[in-house]
Amino acid sequence: MAMSKRDAVSEPETTGHEWDGIQELNKPLPKWWLYVFYATVLWSIGYWLLMPSWPLLSGYTKGLLGYSQREKVASQLEAARAAKAEYRDRVAASDLAAINADPELLRFALAGGEAAFGDNCAPCHGRGAQGAFGYPNLRDDSWLWSGTLDGIQQTIMHGIRADDPKTRSGAMPAFGKSGLLSAAQINDVAEYVLSLSGGSHDPQAAERGAEIFAKNCVACHGPQAKGNHEFGAPDLTDELWLYSGDKATIVTTVDGGRGGVMPTWVGRLDPETIKELAIYVHALGGGE
Amino acid sequence: MENSRSYSESVALETAAVISGEAAPGIERSDAPTVHGGGVNTPLYAARVKVYPKRAHGTFRTVKWIVMAVTLSIYYLVPWLRWHRGPYLPDQAVLIDFPSRRFYFFFLEIWPQEFYYITGLLVLAALALFLFTSIAGRVWCGYTCPQTVWTDLMIAVERFFQGDRNQRMRLDKTPWALETLWRKGATHFTWLLIAVATGGAWVFYFADAPTLARQLVNFDAPMIAYVFIGLFTATTYLLGGIAREQVCIYMCPWPRIQGGMVDRDSLLISYRGWRGEKRGPHKVGQSWEGRGDCIDCRQCVAVCPTGIDIRNGSQLECIQCALCIDACNEIMDKVGRPRGLIAYDTVRNLESAGKDGLSFNLSRPRVVLYSAAIAVVGAIMLTALMLRPNVDVNVLHDRNPLYVKLSDGGIRNGYTLKLLNKAYAPRYFRLAVKGLPGAELTVVGQEKEPDLVITVPADDLQSIRAYVTLDKKANAALPAADAAFSFVVTSADGAAEAEHETTFQGPER
Repeated sequence: MAMSKRDAVSEPETTGHEWDGIQELNKPLPKWWLYVFYATVLWSIGYWLLMPSWPLLSGYTKGLLGYSQREKVASQLEAARAAKAEYRDRVAASDLAAINADPELLRFALAGGEAAFGDNCAPCHGRGAQGAFGYPNLRDDSWLWSGTLDGIQQTIMHGIRADDPKTRSGAMPAFGKSGLLSAAQINDVAEYVLSLSGGSHDPQAAERGAEIFAKNCVACHGPQAKGNHEFGAPDLTDELWLYSGDKATIVTTVDGGRGGVMPTWVGRLDPETIKELAIYVHALGGGE
Repeated sequence: MENSRSYSESVALETAAVISGEAAPGIERSDAPTVHGGGVNTPLYAARVKVYPKRAHGTFRTVKWIVMAVTLSIYYLVPWLRWHRGPYLPDQAVLIDFPSRRFYFFFLEIWPQEFYYITGLLVLAALALFLFTSIAGRVWCGYTCPQTVWTDLMIAVERFFQGDRNQRMRLDKTPWALETLWRKGATHFTWLLIAVATGGAWVFYFADAPTLARQLVNFDAPMIAYVFIGLFTATTYLLGGIAREQVCIYMCPWPRIQGGMVDRDSLLISYRGWRGEKRGPHKVGQSWEGRGDCIDCRQCVAVCPTGIDIRNGSQLECIQCALCIDACNEIMDKVGRPRGLIAYDTVRNLESAGKDGLSFNLSRPRVVLYSAAIAVVGAIMLTALMLRPNVDVNVLHDRNPLYVKLSDGGIRNGYTLKLLNKAYAPRYFRLAVKGLPGAELTVVGQEKEPDLVITVPADDLQSIRAYVTLDKKANAALPAADAAFSFVVTSADGAAEAEHETTFQGPER
């Protein structure tokens, strides 16, 4: 310890510490300051007794007040649900068109729908509903089944090719694998499909493919290849592809068929949430 | 510790040596000890030595009474001022509205994202503090600091019930006398009333004052209001009534900083040693030649609220309240010597022993720089406030996905727009796209309305989803994959307009 000495100017004792000519005076700490320190020690002991504090080998000390952050969150979530109850009731009582026409209810449904979409739909359709290979983009203006409010609600409730009596069914058959078409025929019909949306193609093969298309495909895709919501058959003349639009993928599709599945959500989500989801998906830009 | 005496004993012993007798004919010498800043050996911890400030009379005491009246009136009364803002907004002139995230100050209203105005205000306050300190030392501490004002008020209450310094000391020597009990009881009760009023006034800044007052009386106010009243009651009573100078000396950082703020030309409350020394009692008929004007009456110590001897020079404990000036001037008048033995003076003047007259220099670099900084910050704030639009639009471009390709090859981008209506009434706004040829704009929920009129409630914001679509040709006509354009929001009457630039993103080329 540095030797204490007296500062010549201001008289009081210094600690003997000096930095660049500045000396530290040795002043007593006020007693009450010491007592405040003791008070904080007592406070911490009281805190240990009242609140969860010490980790044990299994679990922890619970504290006399029984405070639990987990329960606190649960009660806050309950309070949030209660706060939303008024709007949830109105959503439950209104049909989709009415919700869509009421700006206040629409905003509530959009917010709820966005949250529910992130929790339930984003794994397949993507966080921004932009879709992926085999999973439809919900933002564009092309719909396999229906882009109306009621149609979207129906799809969410009962799914597509799902285990549900009201599910949407209808699948692209495996024309090659089941022997309906030969490899050459599949090649020709793929060329024809490419030509429909203005892609580069072999005109002669496409001409042959047109006949095959007329015999095998128009039942679902329609004579103009504009698709059919009844069977979930896509429009082949537009610029959008659920599976990729290159020739190899088209050949694979015709050869092996397609039949993506969307699960049913009725029973897993409550009716209000499904309504909110329908409103949200409809408002993503492509709603009909 | 080599000294066996306690700190307070040392103080008392040191003081005893100077007590007794008259300082001058008719002027009793005060026995007030120098509690702080004295030179004795120090133990590790020291009990507090109570300070009994004596009542001062004079110019500065009067100024302090006026400042106290004005500052306390502002604090207690401002929440009750009304300011009409129309039917949609609170009519309290000064209101910090946490639930709706607004700060109202008369004609001003601050939204959370405009908090930089508060930052600017704090910068101004700090600069003003620096300026005043470099000109005249701790004027803030001496006159306007809440700790000083409330302590002064608490001391006034104490003096009302218990008398001045000598009576208070006498009462403390007979702690269990009936008189002591009732006088002290009345003092502490009044302190608590003041403390409750202080806490009570505080909460009125955060809610409609008349409503909250009614709720408080009926005991159905929000819990948080009672908690804060309790908190402020406790701190006002403890800090202003009990702790007093201990707050200034041990809790406040400002005394430590002020040393860097003053210079040789700052006006500080100073004992003019060149005039006062050599000090000593003055006897009847004694000549003033060859001795100082200080008669060592220690009245400057007796009135000091922090218990220091200003004659020891500028020190950390001095809050520069100027009461010692009043006390000394009174004595100088009595002994027939000129006033101003203790006065606002500069270190430069003290060193020249007053030979240069009372030189005071305002054109010092730090004074000029602080003033210039205040002017610049103030001008920036004022300009920003004047030019502040009462409508604004914020645009968030969807990032996931950046764009959506449509069946006909067109490209659509999604945006979240926030329309801010800072007017005191609901308004209708027209939304349009500028600088993107061929763009088609749609707003979710307004597909059927071609005009795109959006209602925004009074003093609120409305979040909307908008889509901008370019058909295949228009998108191909863009010079690059991404193009800059603006959303333009115009109020229905055309008076207010806001614009926000953003981008339209198409497929990579």
